[in-house]
Amino acid sequence: MCLGVPGKVIEWVNTDPVFAAARIEFAGLTRVCSMACVPGAQTGDYVVVHAGIAISRIDEAAAKQTLKDFHEMELAEELEQMKQFQPDCREPQ
Amino acid sequence: MKDITGIIQCPVAVDAGDCVTLAHSEGTRATRDLITNRILNRFANPHVTGTPDAACLSLSNNQIAFTTDSFVVSPLFFPGGDIGSLAVYGTVNDLAVAGAVPRWLSLSLIIEEGVPLATLDEILESIVAATDRCNISVVTGDTKVVPRGAADGVFINTTGIGEFLTTPPPGPESIRCGDVLLVSGPIGSHGLAVLAAREELALEPAPRSDSAPLHEVVAELKEQAGESIRAMRDATRGGVSAVLHEWSADCGLTMTLEESAIPVNDEVRGACELLGIDPLHSANEGTMLIAVDPSAEEQTLAALRSVPQTALAAKIGTVQSAGIAAVTIQRLLGSEQPVDEPTGALLPRIC
Amino acid sequence: MTTMKHIDEYRDARKARQIIDEIRSTLTRRWVLMEVCGGQTHSLLRNGIAQELQDDLELIHGPGCPVCVTPAAAIDHAQAIAEQPGTTLVSFGDMLRVPGSTRSLLDATRSGASTKVVYSPLDAVQLARDNPDEQFVFFAVGFETTVPATALAVLQAHELGLSNFSLLAAHVCVLPAMKAILESPDNRVQGFLAAGHVCAVTGFDRYHDLANQSQTPIVVTGFEPLDLLTGILDCATQLESGQHRVENRYARAVSETGNVDAQAIVDRVFTVSSRPWRGLGVIPAGGLVLRPEWSQFDASLRFRELSEPFGDNAADDCQCRATDVLTGRIRPSECAAFGESCRPESPLGAPMVSTEGACAAYYRFARETPMGT
Repeated sequence: MCLGVPGKVIEWVNTDPVFAAARIEFAGLTRVCSMACVPGAQTGDYVVVHAGIAISRIDEAAAKQTLKDFHEMELAEELEQMKQFQPDCREPQ
Repeated sequence: MKDITGIIQCPVAVDAGDCVTLAHSEGTRATRDLITNRILNRFANPHVTGTPDAACLSLSNNQIAFTTDSFVVSPLFFPGGDIGSLAVYGTVNDLAVAGAVPRWLSLSLIIEEGVPLATLDEILESIVAATDRCNISVVTGDTKVVPRGAADGVFINTTGIGEFLTTPPPGPESIRCGDVLLVSGPIGSHGLAVLAAREELALEPAPRSDSAPLHEVVAELKEQAGESIRAMRDATRGGVSAVLHEWSADCGLTMTLEESAIPVNDEVRGACELLGIDPLHSANEGTMLIAVDPSAEEQTLAALRSVPQTALAAKIGTVQSAGIAAVTIQRLLGSEQPVDEPTGALLPRIC
Repeated sequence: MTTMKHIDEYRDARKARQIIDEIRSTLTRRWVLMEVCGGQTHSLLRNGIAQELQDDLELIHGPGCPVCVTPAAAIDHAQAIAEQPGTTLVSFGDMLRVPGSTRSLLDATRSGASTKVVYSPLDAVQLARDNPDEQFVFFAVGFETTVPATALAVLQAHELGLSNFSLLAAHVCVLPAMKAILESPDNRVQGFLAAGHVCAVTGFDRYHDLANQSQTPIVVTGFEPLDLLTGILDCATQLESGQHRVENRYARAVSETGNVDAQAIVDRVFTVSSRPWRGLGVIPAGGLVLRPEWSQFDASLRFRELSEPFGDNAADDCQCRATDVLTGRIRPSECAAFGESCRPESPLGAPMVSTEGACAAYYRFARETPMGT
């Protein structure tokens, strides 16, 4: 397990607690999925969908930080490589 | 009692009393009525007059191509096609990729008792439209009705005759190390369309089959790159993976794919991610693979892309000397991995 | 082709290489890490990460495939239910090809049993609602990721007043299995990658005790290549510095307390119980059963006369070393039957049948590498 795919909440179609559902977009298609476990999700949010239900709301700030960490790792490596060719190269201010 | 309607999902409204019955198959007046007023009247052409046992055809001095295929798809109607058009295009494509010009079809219907006549009409209309599009004639056929449960709605067999006006491609045995593998468009659409329709997966828009004839595309290819083409095949059951495994077995070489180069539609991609399906194993009914000499890669791609139907054609791999497996793929870190043959029907999964 | 947000960014080959370099520069020895999620097994092998790192780390695959650990007796019960007139067994696609004691659900279907594959348990409720004259039994397998969906199915069936819907519950819980592995006398696992989507539901606050008691770092990890690599990097870094914390490397989808709404739904419907795991025996608190107040939806009661008691799966082929594979004692390729008498088209045991099983993953993605020999 567990095949969980992030999708974007396009529109809510039912707000009943047990039958809560929204249309979720995955690349080129959409599917109505249960939102009973993510009652606070808004249109435009991303949720992780598994077996037809949204099990988690994506934390966009955490996602941004993770990507920022990757980017910084990339920059650090580039700088390391530059230093090998230009030892006088300084850290950016 | 078996419910036929789940298999049909026909958009045409059904009159409950107006169904195909066993009487339609017993040589009765009902049989004659069915054949003459629903089938023969749709396929009028010089080769079909009255109800003879055989069509009389004139052939030129060219060699002929002869192929047959049976179609048992469920549901009978799905986004992008139906069993009728599928039965025409499938056989037309088999003739086309063999290098022949499709000319004549036979049409054999096996109909489960209880199928609404309106459904049969819808399928027949679709067959007529498909044959018109391919400029091909249905010249002979047969119709049988079987008891409930003995067929899944409607089964169709089409047998096709084509003519070789040019030298056909030499075939997969002639594939050489260094040849390039091209695909005529995004893959995996048909398998996903039928799965989504049959299992009612509630995907929107419903995935559409790529069911389409390829004879015009092949004609363009033959003109632009004819001598450089080793083999062509439409990637039907088992998808791209099945064809490449067959080719590998025929030529003894390894077919190596580059994952990032394989074109996949957004809907197919989204559905495959959601359902855990590999598009390489999903059937296509209007998409073909071409193995071509590397010197002709550019002109072959240009020829494909000049036809609107195959504007998204792409190079997906190359042929290598026999390696770790019949078919391999290079994924994220560049390592080569085997691509297995499909093991069975596509199934959505949670793991 | 449209980019899929929150997926494609984590499939960058260049960044993957960088993290691999970082892992290598961190390591001074070949640690033993285990992941307990079939989806992670699949992704590690499919993306070539396990193969790439095989000389640097020992990545072993735990019992993270719920399909593989569903007892044969449960599959047999499901088949017996499917063979009842007027009854349809509804299942995820994953379960269809897994052998029970003698045959699979797919074999049973070919012999006339009535089965239906669905993507979601909620689709099974719809089927029951639309076909009131037929009984529908949903075969509820899966880890904690899937349980909320099954629990919702019960709640929806209740709201709709359905009398023709029930569950054959075979859900399992991951944390007790991790504990059992760490407490095993021949345990070699030094670090865990915790299953990201299980933790999205359950949170990871209950993992701290295990990490402390066993002195084992546990890193919540996602499924995309960069997620897996950052999880591995964190685990390796902790091991190198003698730490054993619980860390979250899938923060975009997982929080410490998890999804409390999902947990509440699960808690309304299910309660923890000891359950047998195929190939592993009974794991205390390792499963979930329906609470007594939902017994009208319990297929094991509704169809109790069709079940055999859960036992050791004596019918499993004696050549099959699923137990050793599922506990990480051997690599699939170290089983004598691997790739010989046991292949996806002729499997001897569940881990070769399930697409997320370690044996199937090794066969599909790694059989031609040194790992696969």
